[in-house]
Amino acid sequence: MTALSVHVEGVGLWSPPLADFAALRNLLAGSTPEPAPARPSAAMLPPNERRRAPESVLLAIEVAGQALAMSGRDAAALACVFASSHGDQAITDYMCATLAHSPMELSPTRFHNSVHNAAVGYWTIATGCHAPSTAVCAQRESFGAGLLEAASQVLAEQRPVLLVCSDTASRGPLDEVTACRLPFGCALVLAPQAGATTLARLDLGLQPRAALDAPLPEPLAGWREGNPSAVSLPLLALLAAGRGGHCRLATTATLELHIDMEPVA
Amino acid sequence: MPLPMTPLAVTAYTATSAMGSGLAAQLDALERARSGLRPNDISSAPLACWIGRVDGVEDTALPAALAAWDCRNNRLAWLGLNQDGFLDRVGAARARYGAARVALLLGTSTASIGATEEAYRRLDPDGGMPDDMLRPAIHAPHSLAGFAAAALDLEGPCLTVSTACSSSAKVFASAERMLRLGLVDAAVVGGVDTLCDSVLFGFNALELVSPEPCRPFDAARNGISIGEAAGFALLERIEAAPDAPRLLGYGEASDAHHMSTPHPDGLGAELALRDALARAGLDAAQVDYINLHGTASLKNDAVEAALVSRTFPATTRASSTKGYTGHTLGAAGIVEATIALQAIEHGLVPGNLGGDTPDPICGAHFAWRNEHRRVDVALSNSFGFGGNNACLAFARAGSAA
Repeated sequence: MTALSVHVEGVGLWSPPLADFAALRNLLAGSTPEPAPARPSAAMLPPNERRRAPESVLLAIEVAGQALAMSGRDAAALACVFASSHGDQAITDYMCATLAHSPMELSPTRFHNSVHNAAVGYWTIATGCHAPSTAVCAQRESFGAGLLEAASQVLAEQRPVLLVCSDTASRGPLDEVTACRLPFGCALVLAPQAGATTLARLDLGLQPRAALDAPLPEPLAGWREGNPSAVSLPLLALLAAGRGGHCRLATTATLELHIDMEPVA
Repeated sequence: MPLPMTPLAVTAYTATSAMGSGLAAQLDALERARSGLRPNDISSAPLACWIGRVDGVEDTALPAALAAWDCRNNRLAWLGLNQDGFLDRVGAARARYGAARVALLLGTSTASIGATEEAYRRLDPDGGMPDDMLRPAIHAPHSLAGFAAAALDLEGPCLTVSTACSSSAKVFASAERMLRLGLVDAAVVGGVDTLCDSVLFGFNALELVSPEPCRPFDAARNGISIGEAAGFALLERIEAAPDAPRLLGYGEASDAHHMSTPHPDGLGAELALRDALARAGLDAAQVDYINLHGTASLKNDAVEAALVSRTFPATTRASSTKGYTGHTLGAAGIVEATIALQAIEHGLVPGNLGGDTPDPICGAHFAWRNEHRRVDVALSNSFGFGGNNACLAFARAGSAA
């Protein structure tokens, strides 16, 4: 199977227990990181947008901004792949509840924020980005499928790509069917060639999916059950450890990516 | 600008919309200039507008093994997949390449949110979803692609693109990249969106819905009519089907302007168009027909008409077909791609239905009535909320382009 080689230039991470990628490193090294602030700061958004933005947008833009800063790239030229298994569940809950009782009272702003590409839309507006941008999902495999889409853009177009994968906590009756107990978002800046800010090279290959997902290091055990975007953790943990290694990430019910990670000094 | 790409063969395609189920019904409606729009008879509360509703969705039964996927959106998907021999064509590709070597890339704006709306209308006394709606897979935006993967028995890469109204155009781009990189040997692309309260009352709240049948590019246009549709195409390398029509190029770009209003100068739309022409190795003058996004919203049509005027000679014909189907949102890209392919196959430039008093901003490019002429190269524009723009380029096999 063809191997896809891409280079990681930046990593973003946000979840209430972990404010950024450095916090994950600390956690895996045995210390207890400071919990994140109550809301992601999403500093890339202009202040008025930050006040109004829904939670899903704040989360995605927070991790995107972290990864971008680490990469040193110009966001305006960076193609974007934003993945999320469920989009903004608070807005879905609001809309379905409002439509059930008083549909003519639906908020126009919440409606336009309900599109799956709201976060990437706000990101491109905030950063003046005219590059291609997309919003994708694949049930619980959104991170792996999004990584495959991002890597194929990196290699086919020979351009750097910002990958974001994030899901908020579930809300209302939706919780019964989405079971997202913890907000979680992560981001990678991926590039075709090694450069000054390269952290690691990833060699990706598509393979039939194994019966069991790979186990996670102890402090992270159980996180995947609480948020579909946390299925990214095997790769994030590998990057945090900073040593070469291997992990597997599902892209569909039947396929997974085998990932060899080689650190680049 | 990107380098020209190796074209792909479009070895099968199909569409189901308010014009009818399958390509023959679509061509017949276009030839007769017959709109599929009707007064709204679907929302859970009254809303005075016109809709592009597909007949027969309610009577479409999913195969028993797929019953857990049952909802209006997946019924429409199944109805669409059963037209024009499409299931058999996918089956042949699966047999030829192997199920893991065929990608499934589908666009949708709201997927089966209609099922989640229904669950909220019928909550149990304790506030939970009713038992028959406790099916997690239909309450996620990947519902459509998950259902289609099961229905088509495909095991390759599978992704939902959900960028509002450009969704099912952008899947062609993802498919081309996967084929170019050798990840797959064929790709099923397409999209489905169904009428539901979210979009009817949502666009109504934004004051974008017309109380009348939509009139794209008309001087008195006053908003969109929302429709539903399913469409699919099978993409393979040219060697597999040298005589099939071709995907010549695609373009994607972002406005970076506003969540629900297009860039006033059509910046993202123009970047997507230029990207598509460059990939296709085309000059603008080689384009015979453009199927426009043309939603009948005041701003979209003004921006898009200006883009056509400044980019193409009047020998390039242009029209919107939203007057036939309504705006089918995440399915618009694939439906209008199939209209562009039919324009090539049948030499029909469909008239811009509803544009009875043309907006003076429209140039001589506009085909206000059907025109029968040879079409070798056809483009399709799709623009979405969030400033998300896509353009597709198709051509007849062996044409000079």
